[in-house]
Amino acid sequence: MKLLTHNILTSKCLKGVTVGYPLGIVAKEVKVNEVEFNPEFISRMIQKVDWPALCKAAENLGHLDDLPPAVVEDYENNEEFLKKAHHFLMEIEVINGDLVCPETGRKFPVTDGIPNMLANEDEV
Amino acid sequence: MSGRPEHQAPPEIFYGQDEARKYTRNTRMMEIQLAMSERAVELLCLPENQPCHIIDLGCGSGLSGETLTEQGHVWTGVDISSAMLGVAKEREVEGDLLLGDLGQGLPFRAGAFDGAISISALQWLCNADQRSHNPANRLYTFFSSLYGCLSRGSRAVFQFYPENSSQVELITSQAMKAGFTGGLVVDYPNSTKAKKFFLCLMTGGQQPLPAALGVDSREEAPSHVAFSQKRERMKQLRAGKAPKKSRDWILEKKERRRRQGKETRDDSKFTGRKRPSHVW
Repeated sequence: MKLLTHNILTSKCLKGVTVGYPLGIVAKEVKVNEVEFNPEFISRMIQKVDWPALCKAAENLGHLDDLPPAVVEDYENNEEFLKKAHHFLMEIEVINGDLVCPETGRKFPVTDGIPNMLANEDEV
Repeated sequence: MSGRPEHQAPPEIFYGQDEARKYTRNTRMMEIQLAMSERAVELLCLPENQPCHIIDLGCGSGLSGETLTEQGHVWTGVDISSAMLGVAKEREVEGDLLLGDLGQGLPFRAGAFDGAISISALQWLCNADQRSHNPANRLYTFFSSLYGCLSRGSRAVFQFYPENSSQVELITSQAMKAGFTGGLVVDYPNSTKAKKFFLCLMTGGQQPLPAALGVDSREEAPSHVAFSQKRERMKQLRAGKAPKKSRDWILEKKERRRRQGKETRDDSKFTGRKRPSHVW
């Protein structure tokens, strides 16, 4: 699960959850990959990304490194910023661990890079 | 009609390890899925040359996702079968995968995606696989959550196999209730083999539906899958032989028969003439 996917995931399908965002991450195994950089795609995604949630996620994984704390002005033309955004959104992957609902504490296990978002019949 | 997969078992059981492997090894199946995925992406009418963020609903082993990757998009796939997702992982597809039940709703933030495709999955939502399941409610939960996580103006295209017209009615009514506009595009409506149903849903208010293929009766429905035909032709062209059934092939065959001393009609201007196309 890439951090881009984590950034858009919520637990709001569960009964009793209002917002369900952002999900906490307890990671047991994290992988860093090399993914082809597509500046146009990253530029458009930055508009959708919740940047504070991205920072929190990177911190949870112990991979905060040099992630800029906020989106810079005129990011569309700032290749260095786009490259950093690309690295954090697309190249850091959670392989094993848990995602945690911020309202109920319910855990969604991540196995082999795939989060299990299946809810029990009494939870929806 | 018995023998429909969704009448045999719930999807996560039907698509167990063996079926998942079979699914992704059957070349004819793969070619059909590929063709349908390409058509679905075409119907999405995405802005040209722009990489988009797409959700693949019922992504299975990633066959349709690969079409998305090929066209330069970034995608996330959801499926209920861990065996199918396992095959997708083995095939090292580019998209992120999630294990989930579409009928429970999509767990994504508002406006997360620029589009959605779904190949051969929607009919599975019409069955009650558990006693607590109410298909209409599950469809509504699915469509309303999908509507929410699509950015305004984007579309969702579903290729599926409706069992009957009341199923189509059930699906479209829940989609409309959830806020979508749009409708059904039926390619090759007059061919039992080639007929394909695409539910095209839009979020940006009423818009004209894209045109279906093969509606003009002169346009012949493909009798094989497009790609295998192309492959066969390329193979033969490379072998230096005339492609099967062409006029040259017929003339060559007749020459061969004459050399074998068999009785052969003389060649004329009518030899290998084009026959009128099939009227279905």
